[in-house]
Amino acid sequence: MTAMQPKPFDSRKLGMRQTPFYPRQMDWTITNDWLLWAGYTSPGSLDVVEQEYFAIRNSATVFDITPMCKYRVSGPEAELFLNRLVTRDIRKMRDNRVSYVIWCDDEGHMLDDGTVFKYSNTEYRLCCQERQYDWLTDNAIGLNVEIQDVTDDIAALAFQGPTTCRILKNLGLAGVEEMKPFDIREFPFGKGTLSVSRTGFTGDLGYELWIDPEQALDLWDTLFEAGRHYDIRPIGSHALDLARMEAGLLQPNVDFQSAEFTLRHSRRRSPFEIGMEWQVDFTKGHFNGRRALLKEKQQGTSKYCLVGLDIEGNKPAHAALIYHRQKKEIGRITSAMWSPTLKTNIALAELKRPFGIDQKEDIWVEIYVDKEMKWERVMARARIVSTPFFAPARKNQTPPADY
Amino acid sequence: MKKYDAIVVGAGHNGLVTACYLAKSGLDVLVVEKHDYIGGAAVSLELYDGWKYSNCSYVCSLFRPEISRDLELYKYGLQVIPYGGGGVLMENGDHLAALSDHDAARQEIARHSKKDSEAYDRYSANLMRQCKFIKPLLMRTAPDPTSFKPRDLQELLYLGKRFHGLSEPEMYEMARFWTMSVVEFLDEYFESDVMKAWIAGTGIIGTALGPCSPGTAYVLLHHYMGEVDGNIGAWGFARGGMGSITKALADCLKDKGGEIRAGSGVENILVKNGRAVGVALENGDEFYSDTIISGMDVKRTFLKTMETKHLPDDFVRQVKRFKIRGSSGKLNIALDGLPEFPQLPEGSQVTRGDFHFTDSVERMERAYDDWKRGTWSKDPYLDVLIPTQIDPTMAPEGKHYMTVFVQYAPYDLADGEVWDDKNREAFAESTISLISKYSPNFRDLILHKEVRTPLDIEEKAGLTEGNIFQGELTFDQLLFNRPVPGYAQYRSPVKGLYMCGSSTHPGGGVMGAPGANAAREILRDMGAGRQTGRQAA
Ligand SMILES: Cc1cc2nc3c(=O)[nH]c(=O)nc-3n(C[C@H](O)[C@H](O)[C@H](O)COP(=O)(O)OP(=O)(O)OC[C@H]3O[C@@H](n4cnc5c(N)ncnc54)[C@H](O)[C@@H]3O)c2cc1C
Repeated sequence: MTAMQPKPFDSRKLGMRQTPFYPRQMDWTITNDWLLWAGYTSPGSLDVVEQEYFAIRNSATVFDITPMCKYRVSGPEAELFLNRLVTRDIRKMRDNRVSYVIWCDDEGHMLDDGTVFKYSNTEYRLCCQERQYDWLTDNAIGLNVEIQDVTDDIAALAFQGPTTCRILKNLGLAGVEEMKPFDIREFPFGKGTLSVSRTGFTGDLGYELWIDPEQALDLWDTLFEAGRHYDIRPIGSHALDLARMEAGLLQPNVDFQSAEFTLRHSRRRSPFEIGMEWQVDFTKGHFNGRRALLKEKQQGTSKYCLVGLDIEGNKPAHAALIYHRQKKEIGRITSAMWSPTLKTNIALAELKRPFGIDQKEDIWVEIYVDKEMKWERVMARARIVSTPFFAPARKNQTPPADY
Repeated sequence: MKKYDAIVVGAGHNGLVTACYLAKSGLDVLVVEKHDYIGGAAVSLELYDGWKYSNCSYVCSLFRPEISRDLELYKYGLQVIPYGGGGVLMENGDHLAALSDHDAARQEIARHSKKDSEAYDRYSANLMRQCKFIKPLLMRTAPDPTSFKPRDLQELLYLGKRFHGLSEPEMYEMARFWTMSVVEFLDEYFESDVMKAWIAGTGIIGTALGPCSPGTAYVLLHHYMGEVDGNIGAWGFARGGMGSITKALADCLKDKGGEIRAGSGVENILVKNGRAVGVALENGDEFYSDTIISGMDVKRTFLKTMETKHLPDDFVRQVKRFKIRGSSGKLNIALDGLPEFPQLPEGSQVTRGDFHFTDSVERMERAYDDWKRGTWSKDPYLDVLIPTQIDPTMAPEGKHYMTVFVQYAPYDLADGEVWDDKNREAFAESTISLISKYSPNFRDLILHKEVRTPLDIEEKAGLTEGNIFQGELTFDQLLFNRPVPGYAQYRSPVKGLYMCGSSTHPGGGVMGAPGANAAREILRDMGAGRQTGRQAA
């Protein structure tokens, strides 16, 4: 159960690195379905995707999130720095709490979203999908703050599902059941510590586990031992993607395009255009994009909106176009799925205003279905619904039930 | 004597592209070429038994896919193979590998600077934005500034706003971009020397400017604008060498009934009553046509191959002013085997693509200082490739061909020196000794080498002063200013005399766009109701 030895440098193998959990996932996989995630080998699935999905909603799942970008933000002006970076007021955060945040460029366009972990006024961690080191260091100029990329220094697992709290109790994490959503706690583990946050990307009861890479395989093995009677299983990103859609959570560069890398100006989106107005706090003082966003809000110049759709039929509306009265094109689907839990054909969609705001009726989705080498075109009626599509009570319940 | 519908002077790739399009429209076309071989600067000659070189240009990216498709060049054997790899071998024993996988590239760059590894995405996005704006202008005739009110930069901005929906900040960004130096541009993104040097090289190739000279950022873009199979910025080898591009064009032309006469240098473009009527060859032959198209550079066309009395003074002055300074040389080397570069890790892809030894812009600027002083760089910027690792047709089995592009070398040497054999050899030696510093067995592998100084390039490819682009690619010589203001649309002051070489919009490189654009303008002038020889016959 020792950690893997670092491999000698081989530039040909760059971009296909293995996380500390790789050997265990390799043992589990029967699908051999690997993807690259930010330069790491990451499973799309290890078993049948449906079974992995249902494990999220039924028992306990482990997804290796080591490749996620993690930045340590520390120093006397760490709080000031972060508060200028993100759109919401993080001064309200208590220690050992996590907050979902978004950040924009100077023109008020979305760059990325992520989570801020606060340990103290001078010690934070920022986790996100896209690499931000360059952006963070540029924004740190003139401030007494240190930015460190700690992505490789921390191994992490997303541990999600109704039985996860029970399993963590089995693992001996005393008091873990008292953790409220977005709480962080540290527990002794082996020779070191295991950091646990009640966070996740599934909209379900769940935790994220953070550990020294040296102890990664120990954590994996003891966790699976503790969950032996609860169908604990590792999952891949396909199942996770289904759960996150049901939870109405956005995926950068899927549901919106990060402004930094858009070639076409018109593809950039403000927080108001992707349903994130609740994230924007104009009362907190300066932050990146404030002036532009205030202007947009005052002048009402937002052009788009992001909505949840309930679409008739059962064919997922992947990448489909959306029409008003079956004629006028008014937007497109960004994420779509048949929800096995809701038994509903759901989607996240971008609409051109006023559609989705003042005009919500008579909306149609054009779906192409491959019927054994024959395309069938379906115009399906869609209803705008609020998100999250699925929000079980156990997600926020404290203490959580055992299953 | 027979009268042709059109005569093209110079069988460079652009001349051939124009000729193909005209022949495709049913015209009776003659191409006359000074040398015994065709191709101009896109040529592959066998100078050493069993080896085919790409004597001048050596990599392909810019050649417009529209032309390949229109002329069905695949039928004539044209195949462009993209290559990967490349990078910089550094003086301190390290290297920077260019890797095509995004995450791999990021991790490789992060070895040198974490910040740069991420800034690279931002940089690429910005460059792509600039490309998106400029690219559609390439296959179009440059806009006529007189039909718009604002001129030059302002007009470009106008175009940007009008046709590409650029935002205000992007317009400012673009205006800056067109005029700034490549180093200034890169400083906004990168901190590590090697990263900047790696990219900046592209901004100085073929340019008589240093990386710190204003205007070089655009040159970068010019090289980035090409594509191989839709991969913007990708480069490839023309299978069999760059000469296979012009060979395919020549075969296509003959297939369409066109005629090529090699070894037929034009001495004089014949003008009668203000209009072109034919060409007189060096050997005394004359050929006649109402449409003469010059694929030569503008200086050669108007100052050397016709009497300037047929041209307005103003035009002549502008042509004289046109900057066409030579700044590069070339070595083509036949190798007995693959040279070793011990400082690279085993299996490294660096030498499979274009590789370099200049690891700071400081060294690059010093290399330029030598050029300014009228001598070749002692520590030159080299663009090195060994195409035979991929292309099996250019050298015998197990042997290799290395192409070395050398920046900088002046056309005129200072201190009364001339490009004689002694200086040519000394120039080659500065390059060979640089490569030998990194490859101990390189020198012993050399079986044959061809050295091309700017003077050789002028003599063997017909490029005035050896300028590889038939005129520098600075903003004052681009778009509606290329080659000279008022004549950016392939026509000249002499009726019936056209230009189609790289001196015209959108400029140099084996791109074919000037040739294709020129053909379109010529056909437009001829009008729908023209009587062509072949149709009449
Ligand atoms: C060393 C070198 C390396 C290069 N590397 C690359 C590269 O890797 N990739 C790239 O895309 N571009 C490269 N270029 C640039 C590119 O090769 C040229 O810009 C392009 O080939 C020019 O083509 P053209 O048809 O416009 O003109 P040319 O190729 O110059 O054609 C002009 C023709 O006119 C002929 N001619 C001249 N005078 C007369 C006369 N009096 N009568 C009849 N014919 C005459 C010439 O012999 C020649 O064939 C390179 C150029 C050089 C010199």
